[in-house]
Amino acid sequence: MGFDAAFEKKKKLNSVGTRPLRPDGVEKVTGKARYGADFNMPGQLVGRILRSPHAHAKIKKIDTTKAEKLKGVKAVITAKDLPDLTDGNSDLYDVLDNCMAREKALYDGHAVAAVAAIDAATARKALKLIKVDYKILPHVTDVDEAADAKAPLVREGVFTTGVDPKPAKPSNITNRSQYGHGDVEGGMAEADFIVGRTFKTEQTHQGYIEPHACVASVNSDGNAELWVCTQGHFVYRQNCADLLGMDASKLRVTSSEIGGGFGGKTHVWSEPVALALSRKAGRPVKLVMSREEVFRASGPTSATSIDVRIGAKKDGTVTAAEATLRYTCGPYPGMWAELGAMTAFAPYDFANVKTVGYEVLVNRPKVAAYRAPSAPMAAFAVESAVDELAGKIGMDPVKFRIKNAAKEGSRASYGPVYGPIGIGPTLEAAKKHPHMKAPLGKNQGRGMACGFWFNFGGQTCSNINIGEDGTVNLAVGTVDVGGSRASLSLVAAEELGVPYEQIKAVIGDTGTLGHNDMTDGSRGTFSSSLATISAARNAISIMKERAAKMWDIPVEHVEWENGHAVAKGKKYGNLPKLSVKDIAAKAGRTGGPIAGHSELVADGAGVSFATHICDIEVDPQTGATKVLRYTVIQDAGKAVHPTYVEGQYQGGAAQGIGWALNEEYIYGKDGRLQNPGFLDYRIPVCSDLPMIDTQILEIPNPNHPYGVRGVGETSIVPPLAAIANAVSNAVDARMTHIPMSPPRILKALETEAAE
Amino acid sequence: MQYERPETLKDAVGLLSNSKGKAFVLAGGSDLLVRMRGEYIDPDVIVDIKNVKGLDQVAKTAKGFSIGAAVPCAELGENKALKKAWPGVVEAANLIGSKQIQGRCTISGNLCNASPAADSVPALVAAGAKAVIAGPGRKRRVAVEKIVTAPGKTCLEKGELIEAIELGKQAARSGDAYLRFIPRTEMDIAVASAGVNLTLDNKGVVKSARVALGAVAPTVVLVKDAARAIIGTKLEEEALDKMALACAKACNPIDDKRGTIEFREKVSGVLAQRAAKIAYARAGGK
Repeated sequence: MGFDAAFEKKKKLNSVGTRPLRPDGVEKVTGKARYGADFNMPGQLVGRILRSPHAHAKIKKIDTTKAEKLKGVKAVITAKDLPDLTDGNSDLYDVLDNCMAREKALYDGHAVAAVAAIDAATARKALKLIKVDYKILPHVTDVDEAADAKAPLVREGVFTTGVDPKPAKPSNITNRSQYGHGDVEGGMAEADFIVGRTFKTEQTHQGYIEPHACVASVNSDGNAELWVCTQGHFVYRQNCADLLGMDASKLRVTSSEIGGGFGGKTHVWSEPVALALSRKAGRPVKLVMSREEVFRASGPTSATSIDVRIGAKKDGTVTAAEATLRYTCGPYPGMWAELGAMTAFAPYDFANVKTVGYEVLVNRPKVAAYRAPSAPMAAFAVESAVDELAGKIGMDPVKFRIKNAAKEGSRASYGPVYGPIGIGPTLEAAKKHPHMKAPLGKNQGRGMACGFWFNFGGQTCSNINIGEDGTVNLAVGTVDVGGSRASLSLVAAEELGVPYEQIKAVIGDTGTLGHNDMTDGSRGTFSSSLATISAARNAISIMKERAAKMWDIPVEHVEWENGHAVAKGKKYGNLPKLSVKDIAAKAGRTGGPIAGHSELVADGAGVSFATHICDIEVDPQTGATKVLRYTVIQDAGKAVHPTYVEGQYQGGAAQGIGWALNEEYIYGKDGRLQNPGFLDYRIPVCSDLPMIDTQILEIPNPNHPYGVRGVGETSIVPPLAAIANAVSNAVDARMTHIPMSPPRILKALETEAAE
Repeated sequence: MQYERPETLKDAVGLLSNSKGKAFVLAGGSDLLVRMRGEYIDPDVIVDIKNVKGLDQVAKTAKGFSIGAAVPCAELGENKALKKAWPGVVEAANLIGSKQIQGRCTISGNLCNASPAADSVPALVAAGAKAVIAGPGRKRRVAVEKIVTAPGKTCLEKGELIEAIELGKQAARSGDAYLRFIPRTEMDIAVASAGVNLTLDNKGVVKSARVALGAVAPTVVLVKDAARAIIGTKLEEEALDKMALACAKACNPIDDKRGTIEFREKVSGVLAQRAAKIAYARAGGK
C-alpha cells in the first residue's frame, strides 16, 4: 500500500476522537453552499427529458421535427445522438440504454428524448411537441410474478446464469448465486425446533433531498466540463467519456456539495444526456431532475421476496439455516440478490448454512445501491425468523443470538474467516443496556435485531500542500457525504501535530488528483484517512529534510515530535525545535514548496456489525404505530469524529424506520408509479421519530493505524427487523411484509383474530 | 400568464367573469402554486384576493362568525373567541400541511380545492357552516356540504368566488371535534377523517348531532344515520358501535395509494367514535 497501515496499538491520539465544528457547516446553514443546481454558466440552456408513460413499450418511431422548429429550442436528442460505442460491454450498454431508451421503454419514467432550450417554458413546450409512437407490451412489476415462468419477458434472450445445465427457456431471472457451507438438510434433521416463513419487502427510494443536477459544457475542440452532484466524480468522468466517445482526459468533472446520495449518486442518470445536449447545442446545458423524475427514473432499491428456514436444538444451538432470496433489479441485470445472499447470515457462526439468490428483471426503474445495498431486507427475513425461533425455544432473543454469534476465527456464511469483529460485543452491550430493562405499557412491544456490512476500501489519492504561513491544504478525491472533510482534517492534524483549524480540506476535481473510487461502501473516511496519513507522513519526511538544511545537520538526527522538527543527539540537542510554520516560512530557501502526496489501494476495510433495540406502540384499532424509543449499538473500529459517527448511526436508523413503517413504491395495474412525490411516498418527518440513542463501540480494525472501520451503512441493516420484531411482539402476530403500513398491520391483526 | 391583485370584490368578480382561458383564484396559494409547479395546471389568469378589502378579517356577527376567504388558517388558531366556540373547526384548520403552510392556506381555498381529503371540510360540514358566494349575479349562501360536487369540482359558476365562510353561534352545552388518520404525525393527507358536532340536553343526553366523514367517498359525506345512532344517548358503547357501523355503510371509498377500502371503512368509524367522545366532553358531558 506504500506504507505500513497496521494498527498502531500504542499510538496516543490527540485530535482523532474529538468533536470540532465541521469546516463546511457555516456555508451549509447559511444557504451559501453550492449544490448541483447552484452552478451556472454564461449562455446556459435548460435541459429537459421526455419520459415514457408506459411500463413496457416498443418505441416504433420518434418524431422531433416540430420540437426542433420551436423558437428557442437549441437541441433535441434521442438515442440516435448517443450511438452505441460500448463495444460488447453489456454492463456499459445497460447504462447507456437506461440513460436513453433505444428500442424499448422498459419502465414508467424511462427517458426517450431530451431537449435543450433557452428557458424552462420553451423546453416544456418542446417536450409536448415530440411525438413518440409506442407499441405497448405486457409488463410485470411484482418480484414473484416476474420470477414465474409464465411472466412477460422484460428483456429478450435472458437465460439464467449460475445454473447447470443452462436453462432451455429464457426468463426474467438473470442469475442464480449460492453461498454457504456444511449440510443443511442434515442439520435440520438434528433440530428440535424449526421456523420457516416467507417474507416480502417493497421497493424504497434513498430519498435524498437534493435531486440529481448538473451543468455540462462541451466545447468544439472536444474539451468538456461537468459540474455535478455525485458520490464519485472520477467514476462519472469515466462513465460519461465511455458513453459519449470522449477522451476522459478532456473531460473535467467537479463535484458539488451533496444533499444526500446513499448510493443513488454512484450511477450516472441524466449526466450523459446533458453532455450530449451540450455537444449538439454548442452551449452549456443545465439539467435538474424534478422530484417526480427522481422517483420514477433514479435510484430505488430492490423489492424482495425471501424464504427463510432455521432450525435449532433445545439448548439454543442453531443446527442449520437456509434462505432463498429473490430481488428485483429493474430491467437490467444486477447482483442485488447475491449481496443479500452474502449478508443474510453474516452475524452468525452456523455449522450448516446455505443461501441462494435470484436476480429478477421487472418493469421498474434500474435498481441502484442504497446504503448497505440488499442487506436490510435479508436481515429483516433472517432476524424475524431468529426472533421467532428464540420464542419457540423459550430463550431470551439476545442470549440466543449471543450463543450463535460469529467471533474471531468463525467462517462467515459468505466464505472468509473473520478477524476481530464486533457482533458479540454489540450484543453484550445490548444485554446490559438500560433500554432492555425499561418497562413497557399496553399495546407496546420491544424488538431487537443485528446487522452486518462488509465495508470497502479501493483506489484513493490525496495531496497535502503546506503554504508559506504553515496552512495545511488537504485535497482529497472522495466526495464528502457525511462530514469527511472534518474527519480527514482531524487525521491530518493528528499526524502533523498541528491544530485542526490549521487544516483546510477540499474535494479536488478530476483535473487535480489521481483517480479516486467513489464514496461508497462506507469507504470515504476509511480509505481517504489512510491516504491522508500516508501523505502527511510523506510531508513530514520532507519537513525533516528542510529542518536539517535550516540547522545544517544530517537529516538522521531530526525527528518529528508533536508538530515540530526536533534535533536529536548530544551534538544537536540544544537546537531550538522548529514548527511547521517555522519550516514553511523558510521553504523558498530550502528547496521550494512543501507537499506530501499519497496514492494507494486501501485494503483491509474491517467489517462492521450493529445491534439495534426499539420499542413500538401500536394502536390496535387503526394499525397506527409510534416509535417510542430507539437505540443503536455499533462497532466503529475507531470513531474519528464521534459526532458524525453518531450522525451516521442515527441517519441509518431513521431511514430504516421509514422503510419499515411507511415507505414503498406503489404501482397501478397499468404499471405506472402512483406515488412519485414526498406526499405519498412517506419518509419520516422529525415528529415521527424519537431521539435515537447511540452507543459507539471501538473494536480496532487491524488494518488501519487508528483502527478505523467504515460506519455509514451498517446502521440501516437492523431497523426493518428490529421494528418488525417490536410490532410483532406488541400485537402478538408475526409481521412478514414491509412496510408495516397501518392497513397492513390492521389486516394482520384481523387475520390473527380470525385464526 | 396574467396576474391580477384587485382591491375590491367587484373587481375580483369582474376579472374572473371577463377572463379568457383558465382563470384561478389565489388565496394562500398552498394548493394552486403546488399544482402549477407540478405542471398539472397552466393558468391563463390568476386573481389574487389577498388584497381585497374585508376578505382578510374574521368578523363576529350577530349570527356568529364570518371568516373572510383570505384569512390564513394560522389566524383562526389565534382567534380566542372562534376557538372557544368552534374548537373542532379550528383544530381541523390547524392540521393542514405544516406551520409554514398554515401561515398561508385558507379554509375557503381548502374547500374550493375540492379534495375529498380536505381537513377543514368535515369539521365545517359537522358545524353546519355556510359559504357566502359572490359573483356576477346575486350573492348566495350555500351549505358547505353542497359546494363540492365531485373530486376537483365545485358548484361555483364562472365569475363566482367564495367571499366568506359563516359559522353560527354555538348553542349551550355543545361541542365539536375533528380527527383524521394519517400514517405520519404531520405533513400528510387524511386517509380517513371525521368531524362531529353535538348538543346535549341538561341531563347530558345528546339532543342533536352532525357527523361528517372525509376521504372515504368522492366528496365529504354528512352521515345522518351516524348522528341518529348517538342522538338520545350518552355515547354508551352500543350507541358508538351503531355509529361506527353507520359510518362504514356511508363510506364509498376506493383502494388507492393511501389506503384500502376495508381500512377506510373501519377507521372512519373509529375516528367518528373518538371525535364524538371529545365533542361530548367539550359539551360538558360526563
